[in-house]
Amino acid sequence: MKKLLIGLLFLGLIVGGYFYFADGEDNSDNDAVTITCGMVGLEHKTCKEGVALWEKKTGKKAKILPAPNGSNERLTIFQQYLAAGDASIDVYQVDVVWPGLLENHLEDLKKYIPQEELDTYIPTLIENNTVNGRLVAMPWFIQVGFMYYRKDLLEKYNRPVPQTWEEMEETAKIIMEGEKKTGDNIWGYVFQGKAYEGLTCNALEMMNSTKDGGTIIDHKGKITLNNSQAAGVINRLSRWIGTIAPEGVLNYEQEDCRGIFQSGKAVFMRNWPYAWPLLNSDDSPVKGKIGIAPLPKGGKDGHHTGVLGGWNLALSKYSKRKEDAADLIRFLTGKKELRRRAIVGGYFPTIESLYNDKDIVAANPLMKIMKKVLKTITARPGGQTGSKYSQVSSVFWNSVHKTLSKNGTAEENFATAAEKLNSLSKNGTKWY
Amino acid sequence: MASKFRSDLTKERTRAAWVFMLPTLLVISFVAGWPLLRTIWFSFTDASLSNMSAAQFTAFENFEFLFKDSSWGTAVKNTLYFAVISVALETVLGLVIALVLNSQIKGKGLLRTAVLIPWAIPTIVSAKMWGWMLHDVYGVINDMLIWVGFIQQPIAWAADPKLAMISVILVDVWKTTPFMALLLLAGLQLMPQECFEAARVDGIHPIRVFWRVTLPLLKPAIIVAVIFRSLDAMRVFDLIYVLTGGSSETMSMSVYARQQLFDFQNVGVGSAASTLLFLMIGLFTIIFLLFGGIKGDKIK
Repeated sequence: MKKLLIGLLFLGLIVGGYFYFADGEDNSDNDAVTITCGMVGLEHKTCKEGVALWEKKTGKKAKILPAPNGSNERLTIFQQYLAAGDASIDVYQVDVVWPGLLENHLEDLKKYIPQEELDTYIPTLIENNTVNGRLVAMPWFIQVGFMYYRKDLLEKYNRPVPQTWEEMEETAKIIMEGEKKTGDNIWGYVFQGKAYEGLTCNALEMMNSTKDGGTIIDHKGKITLNNSQAAGVINRLSRWIGTIAPEGVLNYEQEDCRGIFQSGKAVFMRNWPYAWPLLNSDDSPVKGKIGIAPLPKGGKDGHHTGVLGGWNLALSKYSKRKEDAADLIRFLTGKKELRRRAIVGGYFPTIESLYNDKDIVAANPLMKIMKKVLKTITARPGGQTGSKYSQVSSVFWNSVHKTLSKNGTAEENFATAAEKLNSLSKNGTKWY
Repeated sequence: MASKFRSDLTKERTRAAWVFMLPTLLVISFVAGWPLLRTIWFSFTDASLSNMSAAQFTAFENFEFLFKDSSWGTAVKNTLYFAVISVALETVLGLVIALVLNSQIKGKGLLRTAVLIPWAIPTIVSAKMWGWMLHDVYGVINDMLIWVGFIQQPIAWAADPKLAMISVILVDVWKTTPFMALLLLAGLQLMPQECFEAARVDGIHPIRVFWRVTLPLLKPAIIVAVIFRSLDAMRVFDLIYVLTGGSSETMSMSVYARQQLFDFQNVGVGSAASTLLFLMIGLFTIIFLLFGGIKGDKIK
C-alpha cells in the first residue's frame, strides 16, 4: 500500500509537472511568430539580426527555427509539416523552384502587401512566385553561380581570368602542373557534383552557356535535353573528373567545395555568392588572394550565365498568427532590410533599384557583376513543370552523375533520361 | 478433480496474461498497426503529399510503375547486395570477437564496454563522421593509407558508386559488428560447460572442438542474430543517405521510398515501395524460421 502511494505520488508529480511546464512554455510561445532560416554561411546570423530588428520595431516576439543545409532535406521536412497542417511554423524560407510544389499550403501575400510595393521587385521573381494568380512567396534574396579564382596563382603563371570553359581547363592544367613541381598538390576546379539539386544547377548553367546547348525543357514544356551540344558539355565535364577536378566532387555540396577552395587546394571553384564574405574573412587562409567573375562562356560564341537560385519567404496557410507573420515577411523582405543584408551579408537584393545603391556597391564588388549576369540568367524549369519539378531535376541530375562517374556517355544517359521525362509528362505535353 | 482445478488455474492465468498484455497491444496497434495499414492502403491510391484528401483508388498501378522503373530495380539489387555482404561479414567478425570476449583474459569487462562504443553512437552521427574521415582531400583515412604506403593517390571513397557501396558496407560492419558479437556472446555464455570439459579431458584439439561442439551448439543463437541483422539491413537508410545522397546508383529501397514520398510527393508510389519492402522482409523472416532449423520455443 505504501509503495502504491509513493508510486501514485510520483505519477502525479510527472503528470502535473508536464502540464505545468508544457503550459508555461505554451504561454510564452503563443504570440511568437516562428520562422525557418537557413544555416549556410552567414544566413543564420543575418536572419537573427533581421528578426531582432523587427522585434524591436514592433515589440512582438519571433522565434527562429534552423533548417537543414541541403535544399532537398529542407523540402522534405517542410512538406511533412505542411502536409500535416502543422501550425507551429508560420514563415517558411522556400526555394525559387518550390512555389509550384507547395502552393496548396501557402497563403496569398497580395492580401498583406500593397501592389505598389510589389512593383519595386524584380518582375521575373514576382512572376516566378505567382501560381494561379496567387503570390505565394516574397522574394528574399537571389543568387547565381559564380566562378571563384585564385588571383595570386593566375598572376604567378601570368594567365588572364578565363573567359571560356576551354580557357579555364587550360589554365587549370598549367597551374596544377606548375605547382606540382614545387611540391604543392592543388586541384584545378571544384564544383557541386553530388547527386542533388546543386548538380542540376551546375550542369544546366554549363549547358546553357553554349550558343544553343541548352535547356532541359524549353519554355513551352518540350523536352530538349537530348541534343549533341548539351551532351558534349557534360562529356567534357566528365573528362575533367580525375584530371582537373578531384574524384570526390561526385560527392561534394557547396560547403565541401568551399572547404577545399578556402584551404587553398583548388584554383577555380563554382559556387554561390554566399562564399565570398566567408572566403574573405580574417581567419580564411586565402583572404586577399582570390577573385570572382561570372562563369565562363561555352566557346567563343557562348555567353556568361548562371542558374538563378534564391530564397523566398512564404506564409503558411495553417498559421494562427497570419497578421504578425505577414508583417514579419514584409519587414524582412522590405527595402531597408534587404539593403542591410546586402551590406553585412552580401545577399543579393530582390529589389532592382538597390543594385544602384552606392553603399551596397561599395561593400560588395559582386553587385556590379551580378547586375550584368541578371540579364542572361538561366532559370530552372520550375515554372513549366510545376509539381513535377523535383522529379525532373532528379532524372536530370542522375543522368549527369552517371556520366560523371564514367558509367556511360552523356548521349546514352540523356537518351534514357529524355525517355523518362517523356513518360512523366505524356511526351512533354502535360506536366501538371 | 485435480486436473480440473489446474485447468481453471491455467484459464485464470491466461486471462490475467491477456489483461496485462492489453495496454501493450493497444499501443502497438496504434503506433505500428495503424500506420502500416494506412501505408498499405495508400499504395493502392494516387495520393499526393500536396493534397492527401484527394486520393483516388488506382488498384495496382503503383506496383506496375515500380516494376517498370529501372531505379527501383537498382534499389532492390543494392539493398540485397548490402544486406548479404554486410551481414556475412558482421557474423564472422562478430563470432571472432565473441569468442575472444568469452575467453578468460584480463580486462574483460573493459573490453566488452569498449567494443560496444560503435554500436552506441547514433548511425547518423557515425555516418557523418565516417563521411569526413573518408573525404578524398582532407580525410584522415587517405592520409593514413598514404603515410603507410598502401596507396599513392588519395581515393575518393564515397564518390564512385561501386566504391561508395563498399564504403557503406565497411562503415556498417564497423558499427554493427559489436551488436552481433553481443548476441553471440550471450549464446556462448549459455552453453553447457560439460561438453567442453569432456572435450578437454579427451584431449581434443581446440579447432575441432570449435567446429564440432561450439558451432552446432551456437547455431540457434547465430540464426537469431542473423535474422535480426538481416531484417535491419534490408531497411538500411541513414548510412547510404548521408554518405552518398540522392544518387540512384547507390540507392536502397528505403531511400527510394523516401524520395518518392517526399521529394516527389508521390505518396502512392512511395507507399507501394514501402509495402513491397515490408513484404520482402516478412518473406525472409518466414523462410529463415522455416528452414533455419529452429523452433519457436528455442528463440528466447
